[in-house]
Amino acid sequence: MLEIKNLHVSVEGKEILKGVNLSIKPGELHVIMGPNGAGKSTLANVLAGREKFEVVKGELEFNKTSLIDMLPEHRAGEGMFLSFQYPIGIPGVNNMYFLKAAINSIRKYRGKDELDAVTFLKMIREKLKIVKLDDSFIHRPVNEGFSGGEKKRNEILQMISLEPTLCILDETDSGLDIDALRIVAEGINNYRNNDRAFILITHYQRMLNYMEPDFIHVLIDGKIVKSGPKELAQKLEEKGYSWI
Amino acid sequence: MKIDEKKIIDNAVNQDYKYGFVTDIEQEKIAPGLDESVVRFISKKKGEPKWLLEYRLKAFSHWKTLTEPDWALVSYPEIDFQSISYYAAPKPKEKLSSLDEVDPEILETYNKLGIPLDEQKMLANVAVDAVFDSVSIATTFKKDLAKAGVIFCSFSEAVKDYPELVKQYLGSVVPYTDNFYAALNAVVFSDGSFVYIPKNTRCPMELSTYFRINAANTGQFERTLIIADEGSHVSYLEGCTAPMRDENQLHAAVVELITLDNAEIKYSTVQNWYPGDKNGKGGIYNFVTKRGACRGVNSKISWTQVETGSAVTWKYPSCILQGDRSVGEFYSVAVTNNMQQADTGTKMIHIGKNTKSTIISKGISAGKGQQTYRGEVKIMKNAENSRNFSQCDSILIGDQCGAHTFPYIDVRNSTSQMEHEATTSNIGEDQLFYCNSRGISTEDAVSMIVNGFCKEVFKELPMEFAVEAQKLMEVTLEGSVG
Repeated sequence: MLEIKNLHVSVEGKEILKGVNLSIKPGELHVIMGPNGAGKSTLANVLAGREKFEVVKGELEFNKTSLIDMLPEHRAGEGMFLSFQYPIGIPGVNNMYFLKAAINSIRKYRGKDELDAVTFLKMIREKLKIVKLDDSFIHRPVNEGFSGGEKKRNEILQMISLEPTLCILDETDSGLDIDALRIVAEGINNYRNNDRAFILITHYQRMLNYMEPDFIHVLIDGKIVKSGPKELAQKLEEKGYSWI
Repeated sequence: MKIDEKKIIDNAVNQDYKYGFVTDIEQEKIAPGLDESVVRFISKKKGEPKWLLEYRLKAFSHWKTLTEPDWALVSYPEIDFQSISYYAAPKPKEKLSSLDEVDPEILETYNKLGIPLDEQKMLANVAVDAVFDSVSIATTFKKDLAKAGVIFCSFSEAVKDYPELVKQYLGSVVPYTDNFYAALNAVVFSDGSFVYIPKNTRCPMELSTYFRINAANTGQFERTLIIADEGSHVSYLEGCTAPMRDENQLHAAVVELITLDNAEIKYSTVQNWYPGDKNGKGGIYNFVTKRGACRGVNSKISWTQVETGSAVTWKYPSCILQGDRSVGEFYSVAVTNNMQQADTGTKMIHIGKNTKSTIISKGISAGKGQQTYRGEVKIMKNAENSRNFSQCDSILIGDQCGAHTFPYIDVRNSTSQMEHEATTSNIGEDQLFYCNSRGISTEDAVSMIVNGFCKEVFKELPMEFAVEAQKLMEVTLEGSVG
């Protein structure tokens, strides 16, 4: 579903990704690891369509459609979701209102009717249980005054509410305590199915204790230098990136 | 910038001001210029008593000694006060006894503006006084109000029918010596609204005045006087629009509010005068003096304003808290887009003991808009245990606009408390991208973020107008992000 070929990406004139190749099929879970500054977050942002990340060369296709000139909101409509490393606050806008706007924008894009308030609320209550947040959570302003763990769980809440087919999780595990980590990992696991793929960007092997990735990729200096099965992550944890 | 976004922005920028049409109607207008004969003409035209003519003439000789205020952070070419016509009225201008006698063209104008004056079609439970250029055209629901003892009529009628009340309160909160524009208003004001709520009466419906400037080369100088007698309560709303014209037009109104013991006035404004085109051509100069006096103990005056229109705004709705335990509030959302300029804020003067004031000001600047919050909080020596809380937040959209804050604080006793908070922020690229990545378009994201920012103020507006205000903000800010 996702084809990345020889992707070169610049940020403010500086080349960060220098020829990334990656192919992802429905149902797969890919993990991208790598040292700080290797370009992991750049990859996540360019997939989601952030404007300042400029594709200078290469191809980027999602379900056989080029993403290069597609607006980020349309990418979301097409089924992409990015869980942010640092979700930003929006003062005065409550979480429920935000979620409803997001869900209905995407439903509209997909040619579905908008959800009415009752159906929406019922749906959100169920999703809240999955990420173990109580109802009051949705009445708070978006990411304002949330703890680190709450922010990440909120990202997962959005993910499972927006029904994407490709989920990109940018360091969703960092800053989480053991319990929160388990909740997030379970949320992701339960959400896996044959049609949905995941890209998990992480520094640590620990999240992988709870999940079964299909591939581990090592990104160093803007290129994927090694790919392998789950065991590769353990080896990296033991030996560090210099081993490669 | 992506192609789609550019298209949205271009469309929005080229969108016309929705209320910019002109009503073609026969009217009576005097030649431009201001001298004593003009003052006498206006007074005679309105059949005013001698005391009011004298009041105008005194104001006129005072006005001639004044110069325009220049301390506000706004710039515009010098106004030639002799080039303005000071009286315009639709013909026929005989006293109207019912709506049937109103020129159908004018009724149609208000219909187009979404303010039907036909009582069957009216907004439920809102009485409207419609002011067209210089005269009040119609006041609805008069009978229902009369049953409750509430007086709601045009200023001219009030002068004839309730001269004692007018005489007692006119200029008692904003004297003609107050400032240049207040003096000018006292000289040439032609009409406006008058409200009196009797003792222990809760006004049974919202009162509303809808101002419309139609004629070219005229100024609009209306005067509003609201008196809430002991233990009474009223909620009042004003709205305003004007045609699109290439020349600037002056609007210099005066609003005076008085609350006696335990009374409350809630005054809301949705100001949508023509702001000029995107290059700054045309638009209304909105130079307005609004002030309320909480004369009685435990009385309350609350100003809520949503300011989206006008080329230049100069406006400081204020409260004089004379009565012990009286309360003053100011909730403001002001938007400046394109070339608009606004210098707006409030004054809270604490005189009585245990008085309390709250200021919540939200400024939004986009395009090349320039906006200033200017507020004064003065707590006098005898105003023991008084409290003020001020919060002034500004949001900037784009990198060519400006936001400025000038708080003046003067506390003269040691038992009072004063808090001031101020923030300035951008609508960040990161906030917009966050919304985009969740499927929300940039336009929707901006209006969501701005509405979130203004929430504390919008919730103070009467329900149906809060919705209006939100829509208005969306239109005003459309295409401001690029």
